Amino acid sequence: MAEEVKLFKTWSSPYGLRAVWALKLKGIEYEAIDEDLANKSSQLLQYNPVHKKIPVLVHNGKPIAESLVIVEYIDETWKQNPILPQDPYERAMARFWAKFGDDKVLPSIWGWFTKQGKEQEELLQQATENLKFLEQQLEGKVFFGGEKIGLVDIALGFLANLICILEEVSGLELITKEKFPLLFGWMQNFAAIPMIKETFPPHEKMIPKYVALREKYLPPVVPPK
Amino acid sequence: MANEEVVLLDFSPSPFGMRVKIALALKGIEYEYRHEDIFNKSPLLEKVNPVHKKIPVLIHIGKPICESLLILEYIDEVWKDKTPKFLPHDPYQRAQARFWVDFIDKKLYLPAKKIWTTRGDEQEEGKREFIELLKVLEAELGEKTYFGGGELGLLDIALLPFYCWFYSYEAFGKFSIEAECPKLVAWGKRCIERECVSKAVPSPKAIHDSLIPYVEALGLN
Repeated sequence: MAEEVKLFKTWSSPYGLRAVWALKLKGIEYEAIDEDLANKSSQLLQYNPVHKKIPVLVHNGKPIAESLVIVEYIDETWKQNPILPQDPYERAMARFWAKFGDDKVLPSIWGWFTKQGKEQEELLQQATENLKFLEQQLEGKVFFGGEKIGLVDIALGFLANLICILEEVSGLELITKEKFPLLFGWMQNFAAIPMIKETFPPHEKMIPKYVALREKYLPPVVPPK
Repeated sequence: MANEEVVLLDFSPSPFGMRVKIALALKGIEYEYRHEDIFNKSPLLEKVNPVHKKIPVLIHIGKPICESLLILEYIDEVWKDKTPKFLPHDPYQRAQARFWVDFIDKKLYLPAKKIWTTRGDEQEEGKREFIELLKVLEAELGEKTYFGGGELGLLDIALLPFYCWFYSYEAFGKFSIEAECPKLVAWGKRCIERECVSKAVPSPKAIHDSLIPYVEALGLN
């Protein structure tokens, strides 16, 4: 039976990218549908009535939502190029660090990007602590998955694209070679993988998007007359 | 004698710790239980969970596994020959179970917390949100005996501790969950009727009574 694989995502969502990378890693052909989140399609709302969010993978008409759930589904359905290790303990560790990315790393980085003053300083400290944990996990490894990319690389890979955008927009530094040599190296190695590089959202579209987002949270100060 | 290879660090009323106790009981796995005072964390907890410093932590042959849902999947994978299987074999069914337990963890905890730790408008908001979410879960249960079908599965184990807390939510929130979600409450009762499950968790009244000092410390009735 012919496989029908559709992926509902947006042009820039890091969560959508996870599903893209998993599908590409497995060599699975799929139809990509980029949603306008201000005007969600009736198909998206039908496939994800609970959260009404992207990404949603639809495999032979059956929808799967939540990016990390999608990645595990892809890994279990198509066995080539495994994303998760075989050993239960190693699997638990991979899932732990993927979840850590979502629960702690991303919110602290987002906070650092969208706050100022004392609040930003606190969030920078939190983000730094979180990034240190990731730095430790890379010791002796090229990727979080070891020699090849795995679940954690896929889960955190958006950093390789997004961090330099956030740094450029804010004029601040977060992940430098001096502070996080292994993480910095990992971001470069990950971004250099051709399959990954070709999926990164275009820099010239990302900059104005994140400038606008930052201004929403930190409106530019108008000097008093 | 408890199996020295399996140790559980837990704090009794925690719904997350309860998940692991239920899972271990369902598989018939013996373990050493170690109580953690989360207001006075032990050096062991900080060593085995340096990232979050939270319970539950399962330590299996010296290796710690953190985060309750990850522990459940670990138990299901390691003791794969012991029934019940928490996750089905089919990848699509597995994805659905993982979606719903993610839903519980993302959505249910904060409204539930509002019900017992706040009063007035905030509490009312918590009650409304909580019931709305339970109705979504009740629809997902449908006419099944358990969320897992004929036997308890990942979603049953993940949600059941919240059911054990219903008595407390109702007492502090002064409302009836059964009136709004009778099928879900019936599901909870069916699960608790299983002897190994009821032995694994504190009674709803015991949970309620253990929360009273915290409620009083917050200056609430």
